[in-house]
Amino acid sequence: MNNVSQGDFVTSDGRSIGSALMEMQNITLKFGGVVALENISFDILEGEVRAIIGPNGAGKSSMLNVISGFYVPQEGQVLYRGSLRPTMKPFQVATHGIARTFQNIALFEGMSVLDNVMTGRITKMKSGIFSQMIWKGRAEREENENREVVEKIIDFLEIQAIRKTPVSRLPYGLKKRVELARALAAEPSLLLLDEPMAGMNVEEKEDMSRFILDVNSEFGTTIALIEHDMSVVMDLSDRVVVMDYGKKIGDGTPDEIRNNQAVIDAYLGVSHD
Amino acid sequence: MELTTSGDLVSIPHLLLRNAQKFGDRPAYREKEFGIWQSWTWLETAEEIEALALGLMDIGVKKGDYVAIIGRNRPSMYWSMVAVQMLNAVPVPLYQDSVAAEMAYVLEHCGSKFVIVGDQEQVDKVREVQETVSGIERIIYFDPRGLRKYDHKNLSSFKDLQKQGRFVKDDRISELKKQIEAITYDDTCIMLYTSGTTGRPKGVVLSNRNIIETSKNSSEFDKLAPGEETVAYLPMAWVGDYIFSIGQAYWSGFCVSCPESAETLNMDLREIGPTYYFAPPRVFESQLTTVMIRMEDAGNFKRRLFDWGMKLAQRVGSDILDGKEVGFFDRLKYFLGNVFVYGPLKNTLGFSRVRVAYTAGEAIGPEIFDFYRSLGMNLKQLYGQTEASVFITQQPDGEVRSDTVGVPSPGVELKIESNGEVYYRSAGVFVEYFKNPENTADTKDKEGWVATGDAGFIEEGTGHLRIIDRAKDVGKMADGSMFAPKYVENKLKFYPNILEAVVFGKDRSNCSAFINIDLAAVGSWAERNNVAYSSYQELAGHPQVLKLIQEHIAETNLSISQDKMLSGCQVHRFLVLHKELDADDGELTRTRKVRRRIIEEKFSDLIQALYNGSSEILTETEVTYEDGRRGSIKATLEIRDVDVVDKVDRKAA
Repeated sequence: MNNVSQGDFVTSDGRSIGSALMEMQNITLKFGGVVALENISFDILEGEVRAIIGPNGAGKSSMLNVISGFYVPQEGQVLYRGSLRPTMKPFQVATHGIARTFQNIALFEGMSVLDNVMTGRITKMKSGIFSQMIWKGRAEREENENREVVEKIIDFLEIQAIRKTPVSRLPYGLKKRVELARALAAEPSLLLLDEPMAGMNVEEKEDMSRFILDVNSEFGTTIALIEHDMSVVMDLSDRVVVMDYGKKIGDGTPDEIRNNQAVIDAYLGVSHD
Repeated sequence: MELTTSGDLVSIPHLLLRNAQKFGDRPAYREKEFGIWQSWTWLETAEEIEALALGLMDIGVKKGDYVAIIGRNRPSMYWSMVAVQMLNAVPVPLYQDSVAAEMAYVLEHCGSKFVIVGDQEQVDKVREVQETVSGIERIIYFDPRGLRKYDHKNLSSFKDLQKQGRFVKDDRISELKKQIEAITYDDTCIMLYTSGTTGRPKGVVLSNRNIIETSKNSSEFDKLAPGEETVAYLPMAWVGDYIFSIGQAYWSGFCVSCPESAETLNMDLREIGPTYYFAPPRVFESQLTTVMIRMEDAGNFKRRLFDWGMKLAQRVGSDILDGKEVGFFDRLKYFLGNVFVYGPLKNTLGFSRVRVAYTAGEAIGPEIFDFYRSLGMNLKQLYGQTEASVFITQQPDGEVRSDTVGVPSPGVELKIESNGEVYYRSAGVFVEYFKNPENTADTKDKEGWVATGDAGFIEEGTGHLRIIDRAKDVGKMADGSMFAPKYVENKLKFYPNILEAVVFGKDRSNCSAFINIDLAAVGSWAERNNVAYSSYQELAGHPQVLKLIQEHIAETNLSISQDKMLSGCQVHRFLVLHKELDADDGELTRTRKVRRRIIEEKFSDLIQALYNGSSEILTETEVTYEDGRRGSIKATLEIRDVDVVDKVDRKAA
């Protein structure tokens, strides 16, 4: 298996992507006796769309949680921008430029779309609770600046029409988009998407794919995503990691993955006789 | 801004420069972006357009070039049209929802070298066209999103072009000045392709004279002032939008607001509160349907208040609007109604400040028309065509009725030929169909009279024009009586449950019809009546829905039977189509008019079934999805008979 580790990588459409933003080195994660991830190594390069795929229970979400720093692996290490990453609290992760969406939508249902997206800016606000209460000076200025960023994202994701709509009244596909908007509001350098297209119909999937590609090309955001739908992954990503039963069974460009026997076996099944 | 004008107002660029001098700091354009209304004054607008014109000049756009413009209503797209006109080149706006194949024909026909588009979607379509049509040298886009990775060899951004224009300004501004001064009254102002209910689209060439004279006359007719507010949301490729959003706006100097997106239109309308508004009947219809559906779901008190208010409004509303005599107590009650019902309702719809509103394009249902008028909204009808630069007839204030289209607009002459076809002559009459002398000669005679293709008559006493149907659709039935399908279809379409109807019967012994149900209205009815369904197709084939439609048609037949001339047009049999008629499938034009011949061909098996007495038919239809992919749907359709009123009965009654 060709494992690209360092240096520039040239994508299928001719862009060269930078050096490693994040590296996983021999990660092993256990829950009691269950080995969720076993000796996994791969990297995420600056500016690429990196997909993690695998059948149910392969350990994809666990892997994403390791990347986001939510799970701390028992063995191995995570390098972020070339240096060893310390154990961090979730909000520290956010301030370090990592944002994510969730497999099961985690929005504030009672709040409007706008307010939900504004919460993505929380780490950028520096005014104290007191000045926010009296709404003068810094607090007001900050709110306006942040609103501007948020409005650009609302425009980008074409959700202007639901700006003031409470999230609870939105259909599933739009909620997913709002969640993406909130993640983008943090202006992350690494965006983690946990099954961004699960449960969507074909049209919604196409829309979402376009948004993901646009985010990548417009903002230069590095994206790591988990996805079930093989065809979507193959069109979308620059490189793919394939997992099965907590192990890495493939790593490479979509074309390489398509022709990888281990991957074909994992997805189509193989007779054990 | 260095350009100025003192000469005659012979073109849109001249009007722009006059406005920049006269109304300099008044708003000319607004667009909602990033949640805020951004605005440009006339002075700023003139500067933006000038920079773009210089940029276009620098990349080689010159007099007589055709420049295609494709995008939704945004200031940048309107500016593009005027910038192109500054160079005495001809803007050709295209329908932005056209698929690439439709665009290919127009782009090839006008030989456009430059195309200005709104966003990536349109860039993609034009690139697809480039595979078969050569000659498109450069695409200019406004919204850069998603285009970063594209090869920019033949692609430039709107803003970069403006930058380029500002950069070369010192060297080339005098050249631009000369270009503008050289524009004459008879130069081409714009070319618009008509969607055409039959055959290929035709490029209608309109001169500066056509546009300016029409804008002047129509602005004076309704006393349009610089303080007018309008919202531009109708397709830019349609002549109406050009006249309302550029012609009249530049003549009168009023501000045009562009919505944030198509989905936010209703909210944006509410925020702007237009004083001058145009909408085709289907927009008013769907708004009324929405209101009615929401009232059905409202609480008891609100519903009763609404019913009381509407009953009163129907009785006295229109009379108060027309300034007729109405008793004191009715006026008092109407005032209360306005406070509690009409005012809030109009506010919700964004019509609080409407001073003049027009509807045109199709007949509007009398109930719908009266509904809006009874609320105190000055809704009027006009009758127009691309070939006339819109206006042929329109209704003056105080002479408004739902069954006429008004008196000839200022400067328009009318005549009715012996076959009933309406002809007109005016300063707005088009120059020619582009590269199509045969059709030009067929439509416009040497003296300048233009055939409308519509059959109608001028009402005695009032001088109002009444339109019966398309002249070529009016025919004879087998027994020799008159057949006017649109007359029947319009009556059917006045029912909220019926979205579209197509009536057949030419040279046959009786009439029959295809019906399209309105999903919003019938869906809401189904919910209230516990009718379960999972798809449009299932709802359309539901026996109870068929029964509902059957009742509507029977009522229509009763009303048709009252008309001596057309009583033969009663509908004997009908079926409800399993799919919505769609412009993507070629069944409707882009302005949503029925393409009769295409429907006749495509559904010939269904028409046969309507006339051979069968009670159901299995059919398969090809459909085109929005992204251009194709598929097919199969369905078994039930055909039902409807009660008709025969002639003997009518005499007895």
